[in-house]
Amino acid sequence: MHWNEIVTTVLLALGCVVSLTGSLGLLRMPDFYTRLHTSGKTDSLGQFLILIGLAFVTPDVLTCIKVVSVGMILMIAAPTATHAITKAAHLHDLRPWTRSDPGGEP
Amino acid sequence: MQWVYLFTAVALLIGLLIILIRAVVGPTVYDVILATNAIGTKTIVFVTLLGYISGRPEFIDMAIIYALITFITTVAILKFAEKGRLD
Repeated sequence: MHWNEIVTTVLLALGCVVSLTGSLGLLRMPDFYTRLHTSGKTDSLGQFLILIGLAFVTPDVLTCIKVVSVGMILMIAAPTATHAITKAAHLHDLRPWTRSDPGGEP
Repeated sequence: MQWVYLFTAVALLIGLLIILIRAVVGPTVYDVILATNAIGTKTIVFVTLLGYISGRPEFIDMAIIYALITFITTVAILKFAEKGRLD
């Protein structure tokens, strides 16, 4: 294997692990804010790792620029969307689940 | 290199199925919006990977458009859920 294929394989494996962890956290966490915490971070990082890994094996320069630009768009758009979701939920008085106040969401 | 792309695509699909369970079950409407946003983000990467699997990386144009559409959709739905209107 050439060196860039090795780098791509490592980055894709890391992206898979991070992405699957985020998905499992989105399913398993107890309330909305913790689910947002897992999903918001791993969605940015995991997809960015996979896209940057793919950029190493692109044959031509233009496609490489496009792949990196998709990664940049994701890095800007995903945290913004997460922030907007959090703000909307907070304005709607969605209470976080705590041990002393279990009356929030189970 | 094809099996690396295939493995990544299968892992993304498993993640998509897990998130889909949350989108169906989700107790509040914000869970559904969050799951929809996550599904959209994963779909962008999946479309890019499909281009690499089939040997035509030009699929990336669709991924760019899908990224912008997903972001605008999420912000629009949240604005509607927040204020009750879109203007």
